[in-house]
Parts: sequence; C-alpha cells; structure tokens
Amino acid sequence: MLWEALTLQLGYNATLVTVGAALLGFAAGVTGTFLFLRKRALVSDAISHATLPGVGLAFLAMVALGGDGRNLAGLLIGSALSAWVGLLAVSFLTRRTRLAEDAAIGAVLSVFFGFGIVLLTVIQSLGAGRQAGLEDFLLGSTAGMLRADALLIAGGGALVLAVVLALRRPLTLVTFDPDYAVARGLPVARLDLLMMGLVMAVTVIGLKVVGLILIVALLIIPPVAARFWSDRSDHVVLLSGAIGAVSAWVGAALSATAPNLPTGPMIVLTAFAIFALSLLAAPGRGVLAAALRQNRFRRRVHMRQGLLALAHGQPIYEGLTLRLLQHAGLVRPDGVPTEAGQARAARALRDEARWAELRAGPGNEAAAALHDGVRDIETVLTQDQIAEIDRRIGGPRGVPG
Amino acid sequence: MSALSLVPNADRVAADAAALRAPLAIRGLTVSYGQQPAVFSVDMTLRAGAMTAIVGPNGAGKSTLMKAALGIVTPLSGRITAFGAPVELQRHRIAYVPQRASVDWDFPARVIDVVLMGMYRDLGLLGRVRAHHRDFARDCLDRVGMTDFADRQIGQLSGGQQQRVFLARALAQNADLYMLDEPFAGVDAATEKAIIAVLKGLRDEGRTVLVVHHDLATVAEYFDDVLLIATRKVAEGPVTQVFTADNLQATYGGRLATQQIDRLPGAGA
Ligand SMILES: Nc1ncnc2c1ncn2[C@@H]1O[C@H](COP(=O)(O)OP(=O)(O)OP(=O)(O)O)[C@@H](O)[C@H]1O
Ligand SMILES: [Mg+2]
Repeated sequence: MLWEALTLQLGYNATLVTVGAALLGFAAGVTGTFLFLRKRALVSDAISHATLPGVGLAFLAMVALGGDGRNLAGLLIGSALSAWVGLLAVSFLTRRTRLAEDAAIGAVLSVFFGFGIVLLTVIQSLGAGRQAGLEDFLLGSTAGMLRADALLIAGGGALVLAVVLALRRPLTLVTFDPDYAVARGLPVARLDLLMMGLVMAVTVIGLKVVGLILIVALLIIPPVAARFWSDRSDHVVLLSGAIGAVSAWVGAALSATAPNLPTGPMIVLTAFAIFALSLLAAPGRGVLAAALRQNRFRRRVHMRQGLLALAHGQPIYEGLTLRLLQHAGLVRPDGVPTEAGQARAARALRDEARWAELRAGPGNEAAAALHDGVRDIETVLTQDQIAEIDRRIGGPRGVPG
Repeated sequence: MSALSLVPNADRVAADAAALRAPLAIRGLTVSYGQQPAVFSVDMTLRAGAMTAIVGPNGAGKSTLMKAALGIVTPLSGRITAFGAPVELQRHRIAYVPQRASVDWDFPARVIDVVLMGMYRDLGLLGRVRAHHRDFARDCLDRVGMTDFADRQIGQLSGGQQQRVFLARALAQNADLYMLDEPFAGVDAATEKAIIAVLKGLRDEGRTVLVVHHDLATVAEYFDDVLLIATRKVAEGPVTQVFTADNLQATYGGRLATQQIDRLPGAGA
C-alpha cells in the first residue's frame, strides 16, 4: 500500500494530492532557504500562527453569506489576510517600540493563535457538523481532499516556486549583503517584503496539507539539511527544494496509507529523517566526516612529529606516536629506527626544508597557505617547482647520526 | 539649503559647473544618527580620473559620507549627483568596498560566487553563468592575488583575504567610480602594495577612485587629491596644496602627535 502510494498508483485524486504536496514542499524548501539565510526563520512561525483567526472568520463570513463555509479558496484568502495583519503587527512592534523581534514574534504568535482557537471553539458550538475539517488546518490532512483543492495547492506551489527561482539572484544578493545590495540600487525593502509575501503564500497554501503548527518546519528543516551538503547558495536552494519535495511526497504517501495519521507530522518526520542523515553522513560538514577527518589529521600530525624526532635523533615518549611508527614498521619495538624509518625521516626533514624555502620566497602565498605542518609538498607543487626549490636549498640532506 | 547658498558668487558658479560632470558631487550633506550629526553640511566634488583620499580621525564621518553617497544611510539634507545625474540613477557605475563587510561568514558562498555577485548586472535575472563570466571573475581574483582561493567557502579566509575578495567583487562590477572604505586596514605590507597597484591601474584607465585612508605617511605617495573631514569639511584639493600641517592640525586637533606632523610635506622642516 505504501509503495502504491509512493508510486502514484492509488488513483487520480491521490496522485494529484501527492504531486500537489511535493510542489508545495519544493516551494517551501526554496523559499525557506532565503528565509533561513536571512536569519528570519522565526517570522514564519508568527505568520503561520496568525493565519488561524482568518480561517475562523472566513468560515463565519462564508456561512453568514449563505455559502459553504468549507470552501478552501475562501478559507485561504481569510488566512492570508490575518497572516498579513500578524506580519504588520510584528514589524510595527519591532520598529516603533523598543521590543526585540523575537519578543514581538512571541507576542503576536500567541495572541493570534489564542484568538483563533477561541473562534474555532465558538464555531464548533454553533453549527455542529458543518464546521468539520477546520481542525485539519492545525495539523494538516489530505484525507478526502477535493480535486479542486489539490489543484489549488499544486498551482499555488508552482507559482511560488516560479517567482522564487526567477528572483533567486537579487534575493541571494540581499540575503548575503544587504548594504551592498542597496549600493547596487536593488530595492531591498521591497525584496524583503516580497520574501515575506512568498513565505506567507507557502504558509497559506500549505495550511491544508501540513497544518499551521508545523509549516514552519517545512520552511526551515530542508535548508538546514541542505546546507550540510554544499557551500554554494544556488545548490543549497535547489537541494533544499528537493528535500522539501521528497519529504512532502513521502509524508503524503504515508498518511494516505493510514488516513487517521495527520499529514503534517508525517511530512515533518520525513524531513527530520533527511536532516538527521545529512547531519551525520554529509561529506564536508557532516559530523561523521568531520570526526574522521579530525582523527586522520591527528594521526598524520603524530606521524610527522615522530619522523622529525627520528630525523633529529631525539627520543620519542608519546604513546600514540610510537605505536603509529611501530605499526608502519618505521621503528623497532625498542625504539630504534629501522632502515625504512630512517629513509622516511630524511624525507620528512627534506619536506620541512622545502616548505620553509617556499614560505620564505615571494609570490607563493596561496601555495604557502596550504602549509599545515603535515602536508607533503609534493602534493602541492609540480616536479619543476620542487626541483627549483631543491636547487636553492642544496642537495638532499641525510638523517643525522 | 541654507540662506547663504542662495547668494551666487563667481567661485560657486564655477564649482557647480565642474560638479555637473563630476563622478561624484555632494552639496550640503548632513547625516545624523539620532540627534548627533556625523557629517555636517559637507560640500565636495571628486575630480574625474583622480585618486582621492578621505582623511580624518575615528568618528569623523568618513564611512558615513560614503554610505550616504551610496544611499545606504539616508541623509538629513543634501544633494548628491554622480556623473551629472542623481546618484540613484548611476548606482551601476559605482562600486563599493565596505570597511567591514557585515555579512554572515558562514553563508553558503565560495570566493568565486562572491565575485560573480559583482557581475549581477551582466548576468541578469535568468541568464546562466557562462564561461566568459567565470573567466572574468577569475581575472578579477587574479588582480588581487586570490585566484588560488576561488573555491574556498568565504568564512575560511583570513580578514585580509576577505577584504581582497570584496575588492575583487568591486572590480568585477567594472565601474567608473570606485569607493573603498579603509581597504588597507588589517592588510600586510605586500598586499597593500598589490592593492594600491590595482587602484592606480584603475585610475590610469581613466576611472575615479575614492578611498578612506588612515595612514598619513602614505597619503602623498598614493593619492592625487585629499578630502580632510572632521564632521565638517576641513579642506579638499590636490594633496600638494591641501595636505598641510595646518589643515591636519585643524582636522585632528590635539590627537595628532607633533612628530607625526613634522614628517609631513609643508611642515617647514
Ligand atoms: N549605525 C550608527 N548608529 C549610531 N551612530 C553611528 C552609527 N554609525 C556611526 N555612528 C557615529 O557616527 C559618527 C561617524 O561615524 P563613521 O563611521 O562615519 O566614522 P569614520 O570616520 O568612518 O570612523 P573610523 O575611522 O573609525 O572608521 C561616529 O561618531 C559614530 O559613533
Ligand atoms: Mg569608518
């Protein structure tokens, strides 16, 4: 069943829902990257919680006008309006009072959410039955979603995605260096506003699928996970989108197989699994890779120190160094260097001399900057360059004693 | 505008005529943070194709003057034109290297990516980064001696190297006016020589260079013109005429050691 859900074999509607969720996830991932890099991740939490009163009020308004209170487009318009008010409140509080942004976010978030819950409770006590589904906006649900709703979500996600990708360059410039962006004549304030608008759009579109409590996770976890894999912002943006899409796809499929499971938590847990994997396994910035690298480097430092000590005929007391040298067959158990050990020691000494010459000379800054005390100069320079250095420092030097 | 400026005189008219074309012309610029003016009623005109130093003590408003000219801070009053048009219309012709780039050093960007940001206008919104863009970016890195660091993440550089990357980003912009805020702060002697050579190269191509500079001993060697400020303008003009002990005394007040002044041209020693 899960396989069928993942491979879109559960019928047209379910397919539409899964694809819509994936598009939404992609849009959330790319939008979230800029939000995360601009260090405004928490604002999205205020925006999402501020949608709830709008959902309640829109429902009441549509019922009062004699329509169907559950019309998704109507509810989303209502939620967008109240999210906008919430956003204005945050920016007013930060700019016009001495309140810091985090405090303003906390205040707006809790007041709007509290008001929304009150509205939902009132609605529940009014027309029993007709309000069914409004709670889905808290944690998300794709069960029994209408075809039109799925199309709305897919279309909205695609639109947000297109806008972000089209504006990725100015957005990157503003995120990286806002002062420079101003000096280049970019409309920084308007781009910031647009970014918030896009976050709001993602939030509103994602309300039905992910739910307002967890939508912030779909905006933030993908970029944080993607950051582990790349040092290039364009790659991080796309990777983050892909992670968001996969999370939403898998999460929607999971909840399709067990309709009682809310969709939002399934999506967020999938995203978290990808994050955990990235944290551990990413080459470069991942925890495992860093630990391995650190360990390897430590051994090389000990090895080099040991070889230099041998070259200078000094005794070695350090346990790890001795073990490494013995293991490589460079010293005998009694601490006396073997023939191979003497040769390696001589080479290490020569390498040091070459580095010293390189670093003393002009015009080699980049190569000299690679000097870390353990790197073999032959991995950095060409044979010709090394021959030139050897010419300057004289013939090979042997091991003393 | 003050009442004084309503009365035309010959000097002023001539100066305004020159300012009409100048790479940068500032009239009556006042900038304040809160109630304290950082720059007060400053007039200045940059000479095209010259290298000009802005000199003054800490807190004299040098950085503020540059930021106001670039629109990064909003002035309280004043008129700023560049190349004969309001500066807002000429931003693409002006390149800026800040005193301390206030960026997130952990940002996912390599050195080459930062330089490519300088080519923002050439790349356009949707255009791909092509080989000739990348070649030009590498060329700019080469001019500041940073080619071998092109693929490093920007946080993995020393302060002086970071400074040079931002200079390369400015070079990539291929501008007509370069504004650099203390490009030599925290940079070793060899790098300072390299940067000054780059800047003189720009000037020799007919571009205009404006630099906030702190080392009084090298002003005469590096620059053609100088602007002395201490919140207000003290003097502006060719180094040979303006960079005098009296003007420096007026700029720095008691903060300048007398032996420092003695070593300067025009000190009568
Ligand atoms: N963001 C700011 N908020 C408040 N005051 C500021 C701000 N930036 C600068 N100032 C004040 O404005 C005045 C001028 O500052 P500015 O940075 O222009 O000086 P500067 O000449 O560049 O000094 P330095 O040589 O130290 O770089 C100083 O008194 C400073 O304290
Ligand atoms: Mg300054």
